[in-house]
Amino acid sequence: MTTEQHDAASEVEVGAGVSATELPGDDGERRARAQESVADYLRRRWEAIWGGELGSIPIVIGLIAIAIVFGLLDDTFFTPRNFTNLLLQMAAVATVAIGIVFVLLIGEIDLSVAFVSAVGGVLMTLLLRPEASNWPAWEAILVALAVTTTIGFLHAIVITKAGVPSFVVTLAGLLIWSGVVLIMTTQFSTSGTIRIQNDTVIGIANDFLTPFWGWAVGVVVVVGYGVSQIQTARSRRSGGLYAKPGVVIAAQTVGLAAVTFAAIWYANKDRGVPKVTVILLVFLVFWSFVAARTRFGRHVYAVGGNAEASRRAGISVDRVRIAVFMIGGFMAGVGGIILASRLRSVATNSGGSDLLLNVIAAAVIGGASLFGGIGRVVAALLGALVIASIDNGLNLLGLASGTKFVITGLVLLGAVLLDALAKRRRAARGAV
Amino acid sequence: MALVGDNGAGKSTLIKSVVGIHPFDEGEVRFEGKPVSIHGPRDAARLGIEVVYQDLALADNLDVVANMFLGRERTRIGVMLDESSMEHAARETLDSLSVTSLRSVRQIVAGLSGGQRQAVAVAKAVMWNSKLVILDEPTAALGVAQTRQVLDLVRRLAERGLGVVIVSHNLHDIFECADRITVLRLGQRVAQFETATTNQEEVVHAITAGKLTHVPGMADAAAEA
Repeated sequence: MTTEQHDAASEVEVGAGVSATELPGDDGERRARAQESVADYLRRRWEAIWGGELGSIPIVIGLIAIAIVFGLLDDTFFTPRNFTNLLLQMAAVATVAIGIVFVLLIGEIDLSVAFVSAVGGVLMTLLLRPEASNWPAWEAILVALAVTTTIGFLHAIVITKAGVPSFVVTLAGLLIWSGVVLIMTTQFSTSGTIRIQNDTVIGIANDFLTPFWGWAVGVVVVVGYGVSQIQTARSRRSGGLYAKPGVVIAAQTVGLAAVTFAAIWYANKDRGVPKVTVILLVFLVFWSFVAARTRFGRHVYAVGGNAEASRRAGISVDRVRIAVFMIGGFMAGVGGIILASRLRSVATNSGGSDLLLNVIAAAVIGGASLFGGIGRVVAALLGALVIASIDNGLNLLGLASGTKFVITGLVLLGAVLLDALAKRRRAARGAV
Repeated sequence: MALVGDNGAGKSTLIKSVVGIHPFDEGEVRFEGKPVSIHGPRDAARLGIEVVYQDLALADNLDVVANMFLGRERTRIGVMLDESSMEHAARETLDSLSVTSLRSVRQIVAGLSGGQRQAVAVAKAVMWNSKLVILDEPTAALGVAQTRQVLDLVRRLAERGLGVVIVSHNLHDIFECADRITVLRLGQRVAQFETATTNQEEVVHAITAGKLTHVPGMADAAAEA
């Protein structure tokens, strides 16, 4: 009874506070409502964060902490050379993790992505062999991506039509595709390693932009962000809806510009901005748009939040699931190609080692909830940056693999605990 | 109109049949005087029949606007969500129902109280120019003050000229907001009352010992608004 009374009291309070300002009124009143002050905006954000909508905040703090620790422990961590290395190292994990974010969003898991990515990389490499078909690079890449996307489709068909949990289906997939990778690599070479001899493909993860193009990309990113923010705010304001205050947009754009340009300046002191970073950014922007601004993206979140409600709302839940696993397969293929390009070869151990763990850890550390329905595509980038930074820093310190795994595992555990805690907070705020 | 009956009387089954989730064994559904055939929630929605389920069917991770438009999002150039227009419509619908307890339609549903969620679910149902709204146990999980708010909301729906069917076994609530009461027992309609000319005892009697016209198991459910 006490909880009911408490709820009733808080509700009345909220109602009274709002009715004065939010009743539908004439245009003047509507416009007044749309003019949210900076203080209001900050207060609203603070309340949301306190209520468990953490967004990217923990990870940004984590990244700063990691940078400080390794910067103090090792002189070479903060060098242009190491920075460009870091960008190269994180690209494949971030790419595959984008697909995993989608899979986590619908509340499923895909354990097969690492070996599916290897299937993509190996298949492309085999098609490019001069002594074999010697295909043009683009055709080999497209065929590899088509195959990994189809693999995602097949997994999804079993998951949706037979009702088998994705955990089990993709676990079987993990075994199957690791076997396929072994068969393919040993079939065409005695050593188990196949070198890539195509310059276009090797260039994907080993070429750098000239300083001019590096800056050009930076300008496009910053201007694009600023313009899209201003447009959103303008259209919302003209409709009499809450919009981000101009000052906040300006501050965010300037902040992004500072980070972007600093990164480009730093990378240009070494070899420049890696091509693969631009590829990663293009995928990131595209999939962020799909997740946040399209009907399909909305349905992905809805299925992850409440599949039954989605079904009753007329959403074809199975179709969304299938599409998401296909995205997972496609992005795995892209990641596999990037990885093969970076190593200039594929081998029997492609897709093995800690790739799968790093990819899933990246998505979760980045803020994609394992409970489904929560997380943004940018989580893949941020999480991969954390994973790659830890890996890179510990390598510089010359620590053994065992220590690396322990530390990465602890960071992952911390991220999962934070996720669970934030979920509890969100529930507590809305609980009845 | 209220639909009452003890557990297992067939209230939920009747509702699910009306919106086409379960098939009827026999009988016909007439809507606005015409026989209609409904094969799923989409057909029902096309006719203007919306159901607010007991569990509300809201996605906790989405905000109020996204939930109200779930599965029926407005888009620009085919794929892009038209957020401004949806937010506007959501706000207008909530305002028209005098729902003032929502601070922002951009709040995540997980952060809402039970009464607020019910209000969102009801607003979602009436937004589509619906003619008949069926509410399944709308007050079952609510506290006293929130029940009050929801019952007021139900009355406002009726005042707007919408047909409202409220399913409940809380007679107190029913007497507060219904004009007519239909009693189901073992799948049959055993009594109909005008709220103004009856009392709770009479209704309780019908629920527990209503006269069955024929052998249980045959539901001649005639749905009317």
